[in-house]
Amino acid sequence: MSECSTSCPAAEDPTLQRVRRIAESYRGKEGSLIQALHAVQSAYGYLPLEVQKIVSETLDIPLPTVSGVVTFYSFFSTEPHGKHNIRICLGTACYVRGGVRVVDRLEEILGCKVGHTTADGMFTFEIARCIGACGLAPAISIDDKVYANVNPDEIPQILASYYKAEEANA
Amino acid sequence: MIELTINGRKIQAPDDSTIMQAAELGGIKIPSLCKYKDIHAIGSCRVCVVEVEGARNLQASCVVKARNGMVVHTNSPRVREARRVIYDLLISDHPKECMSCARNRTCELQELGFTLDILETRLTGQQREKNIDRTPAITRDSTKCILCRRCVTTCRDIQKVGAISAQNRGFNSFIGSALGLPLGSTNCSMCGQCTKVCPTGALIATSSMETVWQALENPNVHVVVQTAPAVRAALGEPFGIPMGTSVTGKMVSALRLMGFDKVFDTDFAADLTIMEEGTELLERLTAAVSGEKVTLPMITSCSPGWIKHCEHAWPKELDHLSTCKSPHTMQGALIKSYYAEREGIDPKDIFVVSVMPCTAKKYEIERPEMQNGGYPNVDAVITTRELVRMIKVAGIDFAALEDDDFDAPLGLSTGAGVIFGVTGGVMEAALRTVYFLVTGRKLPFDGLHVTPIVGFDKIKTASIKLENVLPEYSAFEGVEVKIAVTSGLEGADILMKEVSEGTSPYHFIEIMGCPGGCIAGGGQPRTEREDYRILRAKALYTEDEAKALRMSHENPDIQKVYAEYLGRPCGEMSHHLLHTTYTPRGNFNEYLPAD
Repeated sequence: MSECSTSCPAAEDPTLQRVRRIAESYRGKEGSLIQALHAVQSAYGYLPLEVQKIVSETLDIPLPTVSGVVTFYSFFSTEPHGKHNIRICLGTACYVRGGVRVVDRLEEILGCKVGHTTADGMFTFEIARCIGACGLAPAISIDDKVYANVNPDEIPQILASYYKAEEANA
Repeated sequence: MIELTINGRKIQAPDDSTIMQAAELGGIKIPSLCKYKDIHAIGSCRVCVVEVEGARNLQASCVVKARNGMVVHTNSPRVREARRVIYDLLISDHPKECMSCARNRTCELQELGFTLDILETRLTGQQREKNIDRTPAITRDSTKCILCRRCVTTCRDIQKVGAISAQNRGFNSFIGSALGLPLGSTNCSMCGQCTKVCPTGALIATSSMETVWQALENPNVHVVVQTAPAVRAALGEPFGIPMGTSVTGKMVSALRLMGFDKVFDTDFAADLTIMEEGTELLERLTAAVSGEKVTLPMITSCSPGWIKHCEHAWPKELDHLSTCKSPHTMQGALIKSYYAEREGIDPKDIFVVSVMPCTAKKYEIERPEMQNGGYPNVDAVITTRELVRMIKVAGIDFAALEDDDFDAPLGLSTGAGVIFGVTGGVMEAALRTVYFLVTGRKLPFDGLHVTPIVGFDKIKTASIKLENVLPEYSAFEGVEVKIAVTSGLEGADILMKEVSEGTSPYHFIEIMGCPGGCIAGGGQPRTEREDYRILRAKALYTEDEAKALRMSHENPDIQKVYAEYLGRPCGEMSHHLLHTTYTPRGNFNEYLPAD
């Protein structure tokens, strides 16, 4: 690679410049791709293609290899996260006690699929494999709060409280 | 050495052997699928599992090392059942389209079903959605992919391009570019090495056979074919002719029987390339010795896979590339101008087919530069493998054919043109002519072979001192011309790094995109033999040595085309027809204008 490629640093968005600086601190360190991606995601919020290209270029690792790692680990996301993170437990206990119905209902109410973010940017919703609350199955967590024995019909009420809090803050 | 027991037999094997290698030494074949020669063994498909006494689980014999005293069973009921279950799972989401698949009867997955004696489909799982990604050179059908990752190893570790890798996880895994972008929008060089290692029909050369059949059927079209040097070195293999036999004469006969109106030889254009590229080199060297600023080293431009790679990886170094088109596009340009005028045929009625060992040439002919007067230089490229298919479809008994000769005026070539198909060959051909032009003497090497650049080392270098030069080249007296040769894109990057840093000591570099050169191109017949490059190279060197004329400038038809039509090498007519320009792309295509 002969010079800057995604776009020249001078013209580059300051956040992307920061991504480049973070990635550079991992340059030449064998086996540091996952750490680098972790650090970059913490700074940028998620890992869109533009950001992956910077990591690829800086660490001299082919882009498809970078993207392979990003798409393998559920921790990494190629989309921006919402303000709140919903995780639906589909561990064994939650699964047998109706976790899938909770997923279906959430997809319906939020209007987006598992792993994605709502159009208004409020919620990202993902699957978790056991959050350690098996006695409370089916359980979901929103950010750090765990909701026990979730009845799909209660979901609108739960979500409403977050919109209310949002309004209050505004 | 270690000793172990496999299937009740004592077998001795070198210390570092895998169980599979040890078994092979004892004449026991363990079935395998994802493993490929010595370049790829990751134990991912599990087909090669064996029972090792004392181990709880079955072991993948392609990766587990043999140990002294080990007791192994490769054909126990437990092993056989495990392999069947693995096969069941492998084909549970595989499209059962074998009879209408390009790899029918050459598919390793199909062959494995036979080896394992699979007589029923026990599982049918969720099927992946058909999503065919077609570039002019390579077609990918990921539903046929078994995730063996041979292509990933070839692209990333052998060619060091890394255009594809495993994406996603679990059932959603697929081999592809970042975020599943189409291959055509990536830095893929179109070298097609992946299509040679794919065990199934997931990665194939995009077929042009139907277009060629249609042209042959059309009475209003004058269909002209040309064959690259490397094709003759491998075309006999699928017809049972021993590897390493050049089948030039039979190939010409077969093409005539198929109905081509003229059968020309790309080797002619290889000789032409030497005239153009050799002259270009002399022009650059002349400028250099007289102290002018000039871009050196000059780098060969015959290999379109290398060219595309250079445009992606080294977009700022394109001035180093010779401006010569690749030989077959030069030939196409001459067919639709010189030949058309001579024969009184309207170029619009001429259809040029190139038989090539190459997939990248399918992509190359669609480049906007590869046309003159509104006509594409070449209308269709078929690979050696496609020619094999077409010969079989035509019902031709290839092995029994008599030899025939190429047509004039674009069929005669020297030995220098023949060796274009092997790494080091273009450089040797160029040196034969350039050295002669400058000194009036033949190259001071045994048999005209520049021995330091013959063979398959990654980087080969030599230097040749010009002494007692002819008066018109007196500026070159005592000059030492430094050359380097590489094949495969990893070697290309090593030499290009020096070029980009300004430390390259060479004047002239030959780069071919595929490791070993065109004889091992992405469109050549597949083979499991380790020594195939050596044998195919031998076929070309033997043909070269048997020729009366072995220096490109001696070719009387080349002299004629300059006298009658082109004027002089690198003259105005040549520049118009035989030379080209390049496009900076960048690894993410960021140098290209956004659509």
